[in-house]
Amino acid sequence: MNGAASIETRGLTKTFGTFTAVDAIDVSVKRGEIFGFLGANGAGKTTAIRMLCGLLTPSSGAGKVAGFDIMRQGADIRTRIGYMAQKFSLYPDLTLEQNMRLYGSLYGLPRRELRDRIDKMAEQVGLSDKLSRKTQELPLGWQQRLSLACANLHRPEILFLDEPTGSVDPLSRRRFWDMLHSLSQAGTTIFVTTHYMDEAEYCHRISLMASGRIAAEGSPAELKSRLDCASLQDVFLKVMQKEARLGNGQAGERK
Amino acid sequence: MREANNAVAVSVDNLCKDYAGEKALRNLSLTVPAGSLFGLIGADGAGKSTLLRILATLENSDSGSARVLGSDVHKDYRVLRAALGYMPQRFSLYSDLSVGENLDFFADVFGITGAQRRERMEKLLDFSGLGPFHKRRAGQLSGGMKQKLALCCTLLHSPRLLLLDEPTIGVDPVSRGEFWDMLFALRNQGVTLVVATPYMDEAEKCDSLLLLHQGEILEEGTPDELRRRYPYALYRVEGRGTLHFPVGKPPQGLAMLYPLGGVLHAAVDKFSGKADETVFWRDIQAAVPEAVSMSPAQPGVEDVFMRLLSERPET
Repeated sequence: MNGAASIETRGLTKTFGTFTAVDAIDVSVKRGEIFGFLGANGAGKTTAIRMLCGLLTPSSGAGKVAGFDIMRQGADIRTRIGYMAQKFSLYPDLTLEQNMRLYGSLYGLPRRELRDRIDKMAEQVGLSDKLSRKTQELPLGWQQRLSLACANLHRPEILFLDEPTGSVDPLSRRRFWDMLHSLSQAGTTIFVTTHYMDEAEYCHRISLMASGRIAAEGSPAELKSRLDCASLQDVFLKVMQKEARLGNGQAGERK
Repeated sequence: MREANNAVAVSVDNLCKDYAGEKALRNLSLTVPAGSLFGLIGADGAGKSTLLRILATLENSDSGSARVLGSDVHKDYRVLRAALGYMPQRFSLYSDLSVGENLDFFADVFGITGAQRRERMEKLLDFSGLGPFHKRRAGQLSGGMKQKLALCCTLLHSPRLLLLDEPTIGVDPVSRGEFWDMLFALRNQGVTLVVATPYMDEAEKCDSLLLLHQGEILEEGTPDELRRRYPYALYRVEGRGTLHFPVGKPPQGLAMLYPLGGVLHAAVDKFSGKADETVFWRDIQAAVPEAVSMSPAQPGVEDVFMRLLSERPET
């Protein structure tokens, strides 16, 4: 971690008609940090991520992602980030290597370099001896690792992971988080959403979104002590109850 | 196999199912007591959905038998479809219809009319807290509210057995809690519920459960029975800041060490005395420099699952 910011936004806002999905949020994520982005359903997380990934132009605000202007350089941002969704975008009837080759080509990696990177990445996620297997033959935990390898092949500065561990078993989930920690130690910034509060505990810092705004932010330890809670699950419930009392809408409800 | 009677809602005997040579279910047998909340716990590919679809009479097994509410799922499917409610992973709500219109639609499907329809719709809107939103389009609901509406649609014909396939996936912790409150209320009204979930905290809330992995039963029983059968002594290790995974020589007697939320769990072969424990704590401190305290812990369903998975070839 060298302290430089990978993501830095001020007053990031997105409105759809009269509905404000994201309401002037400031997000700051350091290089190499694992940043957990939590919130109720409908709180605006997906809209915020789409803006940070350069897929959606903000209505107002300013910021930089991977060194590029979030208002004007969405296309450049997309070349410097990796994205992994809950539903892995893998071709089931291709082999692991073919899937990785496809991803690498999409990011314009030269053929010679691709060979080398596929080997290194496969080793890093423990799939070296399975490269010639068909993707669909593998258990879900392995497909998840392949998905991570594909998203990371072009060595993005930032990895965006949208609920990456949806329905894998507890052991595979932990192996996956081990890999995220290694990537982070090597300098990759990790921006991850999850509904598993125990996973949120593994993040360096988290922010909690409610009704388009950031309702709480800090390291898991800071948040627990500030709100006097034993677990992040309790932190989540407490923040949401407070938001409801403030009239910021029931959890997940759109106004 | 136990005979199907009033006290048994589901009995399954040696059920097998293959999809194109892939074994989805391997000789599965289980019994669900009537009026209980029964959990099918496992990851994707465990066989949860296949089992639920067979119980819902929507799919046939290759071999073995299953009886639901005293009827055979294969022979008596017509009777059963009226008696059970099934909420698949992707429930088909009509996103451009309102909450009320969706309920109307499903009432039509089940042939519920007149005063009975009005009464049941009102009751369900009240039960789910969706009353104030009955004019909102389903597509405009949050994830948690959509799942509550789907549950209401499944309940319109007052089924005695509910089969729910991962109803809270992608739902935030607050809405998940509210959804489970609805499930408890139904159980208390005498409805039998079979719920598939990958969430370990939800597993703890079930009356009894099956841990499923790749079509096989790893373990079954009540959460307390599972705890009692856990073979290790479990310790909770707390520390300053982020606890790092251990490096170097593993402490003597250590079976497993893994993070769980903000702490580490250490599973150990049972100690013969206090002296062993002291040595073990010293070893843990050497392996995990951030560790500041260690205390005995109750194993949860997640610890049970971790232990069973660790004893199998890697998946």
